[in-house]
Amino acid sequence: MLTAPVLNYSLLAPILVILGGALLGVLVEAFLSRAIRASVQLTISLGSLILAFAQLWRTHSQTSLTAAVNSVTIDGASVFFQGIILVLAFIAVLLIADQDNFAAQASAVPGSEEERAAIQSGKQQTEIFPLTLFAVAGMMLFPMANDLITLFVALEVLSLPLYLMAGLSRRRRLLSQEAALKYFLLGAFSSAFFLFGAAFLYGYSNSLTLSGISAAITGGSGNDIFLLIGISFLSVGLLFKVGAVPFHSWTPDVYQGAPTPITGFMAACTKVAAFGATLRIFYVGLAAAQWQWKPIITAIAILTMAVGAIAAIAQRDVKRALAFSSIAHAGFLLTGVLALNKAGLSASLFYLVAYGFTTLGAFGIVTLVRDSTGEVTDLNRWAGLGKKSPLISAMFVLFLLSFAGIPMTSGFIGKFSLFNAAYESGNINVVIVGVLSSAVAAFFYLRIVVLLYFTEPTSDTVTVVIPSILTRAAITVCAVVTIVLGIYPSLVLNMADTFASFLQ
Amino acid sequence: MSFLTAIMLIPLLGSLIVAILPKDKTKLIKQAAFATSVLVAAITIGAFVNFDSSNKADQFLQDHSWIPSIGADFSLGVDGIGMALILMAAILVPIVILAGWNESQSGKWGVKTFYILILILETMMVGVFSAEDVFLFYVFFEAMLIPVYFLIGGYGQGNRAAAAMKFLLYSLFGGLLMLAAIIGLYVISGNQTGHSFDINTLSSLTIDQSTQNFLFLGFFIAFAIKAPLWPFHTWLPDAARASTPGTSILLLGVLDKVGTYGMMRFCITLFPEATKTFTPIIIVLSVISILYGAFLAIGQKEINGLIAFTSISHFGFITLGIFSMTSQGMSGATLYMVNHGFSTAALFMVGGWMISRRGSSKIEDFGGLQRVTPIMAWCFFIAGMSALALPGLSSFVSEFLVLVGTFTRYPVAAIFGTVGIILAALYVLIVVQKSLHGPTAPGNEGMSDLNLREKVAIAPVIALLVLLGFFPKPLLDAINPAATHVMVHSGVTDPAPKAGK
Repeated sequence: MLTAPVLNYSLLAPILVILGGALLGVLVEAFLSRAIRASVQLTISLGSLILAFAQLWRTHSQTSLTAAVNSVTIDGASVFFQGIILVLAFIAVLLIADQDNFAAQASAVPGSEEERAAIQSGKQQTEIFPLTLFAVAGMMLFPMANDLITLFVALEVLSLPLYLMAGLSRRRRLLSQEAALKYFLLGAFSSAFFLFGAAFLYGYSNSLTLSGISAAITGGSGNDIFLLIGISFLSVGLLFKVGAVPFHSWTPDVYQGAPTPITGFMAACTKVAAFGATLRIFYVGLAAAQWQWKPIITAIAILTMAVGAIAAIAQRDVKRALAFSSIAHAGFLLTGVLALNKAGLSASLFYLVAYGFTTLGAFGIVTLVRDSTGEVTDLNRWAGLGKKSPLISAMFVLFLLSFAGIPMTSGFIGKFSLFNAAYESGNINVVIVGVLSSAVAAFFYLRIVVLLYFTEPTSDTVTVVIPSILTRAAITVCAVVTIVLGIYPSLVLNMADTFASFLQ
Repeated sequence: MSFLTAIMLIPLLGSLIVAILPKDKTKLIKQAAFATSVLVAAITIGAFVNFDSSNKADQFLQDHSWIPSIGADFSLGVDGIGMALILMAAILVPIVILAGWNESQSGKWGVKTFYILILILETMMVGVFSAEDVFLFYVFFEAMLIPVYFLIGGYGQGNRAAAAMKFLLYSLFGGLLMLAAIIGLYVISGNQTGHSFDINTLSSLTIDQSTQNFLFLGFFIAFAIKAPLWPFHTWLPDAARASTPGTSILLLGVLDKVGTYGMMRFCITLFPEATKTFTPIIIVLSVISILYGAFLAIGQKEINGLIAFTSISHFGFITLGIFSMTSQGMSGATLYMVNHGFSTAALFMVGGWMISRRGSSKIEDFGGLQRVTPIMAWCFFIAGMSALALPGLSSFVSEFLVLVGTFTRYPVAAIFGTVGIILAALYVLIVVQKSLHGPTAPGNEGMSDLNLREKVAIAPVIALLVLLGFFPKPLLDAINPAATHVMVHSGVTDPAPKAGK
């Protein structure tokens, strides 16, 4: 006889709220009149994010291994990851609300009569909102998942909407669709790798849960070849999602092709979710086998930091450049994975907060720099922007300085805590490479500062559009957080310390 | 409220006031900035008078918890060395503002931003010389680069963007190495005393030799880039050429002192054993700096480039004095830092006025200034004499102390250093002869002499050069105990005098 599983709905409420909001959004898209659709969608999205956060707040001190039959863990870290994802997603939705970035009718062939008609009639489809919420639900599930099947499901739930969203750009649609297809194909590959690794780990440990795998490693009776294959293939899937070298090649193309608010959303939230899951898998499941995977992950971290920083220098497109910068930051975050101690976890938590806000702010500003045909991402055409719009340029410089880790910005405290954790755990070589690649990366960020402020504007007309109130709010919040966390980081550092624990 | 808080807060408040003043009231903005800096200078002099030179411990201490979870505190305090440098900085800022009254107008972003940057920089300068917490020191050390970067890049001349970039990248690179060393130190402190950034706690750690060597290098390279010591100096001439005179004064006169100050306060205090290991190499580098700077100064065709290279030579002397590890050498080096600040300030001020009047920075474009503009020529002459350490001017005392201090331990280095003095006479006298004497060069005839504002600006500097030359006692009284303290802490004593026959 089959008994229905017992679910602790109270603890799962945050995710359920988001999923409910997403389903509601689908219904709205189908049945509501076009005139009010966009504003209703926006309200539903923001509302369900706030409601989910409130639910999370209500249960934030509870922990449980059995909320959904051993498949998810609710502990300090998972609550924190979900919290960051919700807050960052909220800001991302504020950016997404500017519908001018998205294709009026995604199903219309680029350049076709149908597309032109859709744009002219001003009929704007708003499926982006429910898609965002579905992705957020997947992202929230990913770092709390405790068994390999749930991990895989969460990975797919977060990825599938993103594949679609990457292709929804209003302008340069072919590039956008190419990016979406590339992301989808490579993502499917990496999912397959992940599943393959999961199967081998199951074969090795006869268990799907992370704690079961950990116990099997400690017991040491399994077939080590299976373990190694399992770890490597699982890692490929994860490293693909976080954009680590050598699995990073999709990042610049997708970041460039996707509509900019979506790029910001992916860069900030996906990274939080993916690192959340990675940290849990390595800290909880595979820590006992650290001598097997540490050398490889160390090499990957070093490679990621170096390649990200060096390749960024050569970029001429601001979105591609930020993509490589995000790769470099993935490398820094991997040092947190390597640390395998509480300091590493809490430093990663802080870093993800700092990085998420800075990234969203930076991409928010990219959406504002336009000419008559849409966003201008060619860096050379950003020359002299400091003169035309000093405030926006100053904020962009602030975000760049934070990326570079200059003191008095959040990025510095993040980098300091991460390197400190890595040093403490004995990974001094990683720290040194990290420090050196920070110097290289600083060159790249400064090059943009030079372009903005010290290069004479070119003759062609790039303007900064007057931001809508929502976009303005989003960018302002990001800038304020970046400064406040740089000067008084205790606000989040203490919280990260409190929440930095995995329930085994 | 302690003196240090006041000295740090007032420029910050001043910058806020400047920020809310209307953009087109440039005169009001300048007056507000000037008044702020004069107020700061007055309070700093008050602090110096209240500074108890008989007390070896750090003074004006204050400690506020800042980031408790990593153990970083906002704690300030000064010893005699820090006090002397803060005093110098606070006196130089109003002089810089007054001397370069119009230099902000040629800039990219207008007058307002210039003075906001200068005042913020003043706060950070005080912070960097008074931080008792290594983390806090690092924050000021790095954050300070940003205003300087924009001051050079936005208000300088020539290839200013590239020079600003070079300056920032060099400093950032050094700073990041130091960050790695700070993290190392922090981790060690976590194992021994519990996580701390407090300089006194950190200096009591026991660190094994090889770790000490690495950590020492992390700090030292950062400071050597800042100072700048050969071979880390290449950013300086470019930056000096591209900056406005005011920025150059702050950059060479004050900011670069962070390097030499850091060597004393951090390298030697935190890593006494490693210091012993590296001292011979550093002595050699210092001597190379002295000679290299002097030789290149002789060959310079440009006034700003000349001053930059003389500074490299002088920083060689300062480092030599510090790492001679004798009480005379250290005191002399600290006094040298202050004197070099004033003498460089005088050179850059007069040089800047000459350049802006002539519209050229080439030495060959000047000649016979003594007849055309006697006051400016005399000022330049005195500044030059102080750069070559003429007895009776302040640099002489410090250079003498450094060489005497070095001779007792490293006679060969001291002898080579003395050659630097001869070369100094050469590079100063050549430029004095070319530009002040001889027939009036074409284009110099109609030059106007210093106006009242400029006279008021240069007068205190020249007065200080003379005053400290004859009566360095108040400064030395403050510096000596601190210098001795550094030596005692690192377990070095002055070599016993050898009896001659």
